[in-house]
Amino acid sequence: MENLNEDYTHIKGWGIDADPKNEPTYPMKKYTGDDHNRINWERPPLQPVNIEVLHSNERPNITAVFGTPNPPSGLSGSIRRFAFKHSENEYLHWLPLILADRVNEIEGIVDDLKRGHIPNFFAEKGLKAELKHNPKGFAKRILVTVAVASIAYAMLSKKSKRH
Amino acid sequence: MLAMNYRGPRRVRADQKPMPEILHPNDAIVRVTRSCICGSDLHLYHGLVPDTRVGTTFGHEFIGVVEEIGNSVQKLKVGDTVLVPFNIACGQCAFCKQELYGNCHESNPQATAVGGIFGYSHTAGGFDGGQAEFVRVPYADVGPTIIPEGMDHDDALLLTDVVPTGYQAAEMGGIKTGDTVVVFGAGPVGIMAAKCAWLFGAARVIIIDHIEYRLEFAKNYANCEAYNFRSLEDPVLFLKKTTDWFGADVCIDAVGADASGNALQTITGKKLLLQAGSATALHWAINSVKKGGIVSIVGVYGPTDNLVPIGNVLNKGLTLRANQASVKRLLPRLIEHVQAGRLNPKGLITHRIPLEEVGDAYHIFSSKLDNCIKPVLIPPSARI
Repeated sequence: MENLNEDYTHIKGWGIDADPKNEPTYPMKKYTGDDHNRINWERPPLQPVNIEVLHSNERPNITAVFGTPNPPSGLSGSIRRFAFKHSENEYLHWLPLILADRVNEIEGIVDDLKRGHIPNFFAEKGLKAELKHNPKGFAKRILVTVAVASIAYAMLSKKSKRH
Repeated sequence: MLAMNYRGPRRVRADQKPMPEILHPNDAIVRVTRSCICGSDLHLYHGLVPDTRVGTTFGHEFIGVVEEIGNSVQKLKVGDTVLVPFNIACGQCAFCKQELYGNCHESNPQATAVGGIFGYSHTAGGFDGGQAEFVRVPYADVGPTIIPEGMDHDDALLLTDVVPTGYQAAEMGGIKTGDTVVVFGAGPVGIMAAKCAWLFGAARVIIIDHIEYRLEFAKNYANCEAYNFRSLEDPVLFLKKTTDWFGADVCIDAVGADASGNALQTITGKKLLLQAGSATALHWAINSVKKGGIVSIVGVYGPTDNLVPIGNVLNKGLTLRANQASVKRLLPRLIEHVQAGRLNPKGLITHRIPLEEVGDAYHIFSSKLDNCIKPVLIPPSARI
């Protein structure tokens, strides 16, 4: 579609990378034919495996390098081990991983407390920035929190009085 | 060392963590001098990416100084100042040989669908990232690039992801001279994609978002038209009308999983996690592009499913192109563009925040406070 009536040509570099050959599949992939050798390339040296590394069952091995922080542990680790028994194609892979992440969040708080560290939710959630740059939003957040807590408290105390 | 520490959705802090070590002969340890928070880090921050473990350090956009190298590293030496592409790539597998450095098969044991990425959950290899004082960089002979003499380090920093991703978004669009290009999302990558669309000869570039300050910024920075979809009753209908009822030649999704604008997508994608994030931008891109047009996707989605009008892709004869940017492939050309003044990456940076205040930094970026476009974290070791 030619629509050359705009004053875009003053833009520095306009059209400098225009390439009539740039059609789908070009130039994303420099085709070499290596695909047909499948996974038979010369592998880089392998990183020693000194921790538990969960690997996708859609590949035969662990990659030559991998991240070592945060190997699976605790209840979340057990859930992750279950997840990795299922392929990336399955919800049974991904949904347990999301569940494990939520469990891991609680484990993180417990670990903090065990180490004598009380999490500073105010700082971790960046609420100082909220107070500074969005004081109305901050006030609304506080009011909503107080309202929800008050309602919950009122309901609970009503229930215990009945008992 | 001090490092960002993920504690759960919308909870991060700076903590002391053990120093990274050389674990492979081609590793390097880099002392980070600057790192960015990327829009895609917000998907992790919001808890949308499975297998994001508590204790992880995010950060895939960083530069720094080589402090230590493994015994097989030949292209770097201690003291080199390097920019580090966000992809971790071996350079030897079939995919790397085809310059698909974002799809390396030797850097991520946990998933075959994506290569290794620094600080991007165990779904992307489980590596710690660069929002720290020090970081382990695998395959040091492949990815890290010595920052050319005279290049501003802020420019170099944005060459690790934002510029290549924005450029590849435009490149994958197969833009022809005279094309109308629509970019969904006026975050840093969307703004860069709009800017790069001109390099490919676009005649009209339109950016769509709902954050006014970002639209204003994009209009000035990328010389493009900018529209707020909240003020358009139906953005797809608007785009049809403004392209003579034809549709754009190329649409770019630079939003991904955190898109706003459609209640059904927001509730099912972001609140209930019934799909892999909200696919509103992609939905609009498919419906706004012309028949036979190209939709280029660089917005990041989770690994499960999304609601998109795939029937329209068939009936309109569309081509969908998508990938994680192949940073190493694009760097030589992009360095030329920066040095020639055709691209001004550092112009996107609006905030510099000490690493110690990482909780505030994430909140400012996530909640779009203080007219934030691109925040940079400065570790204490860089301030000595």
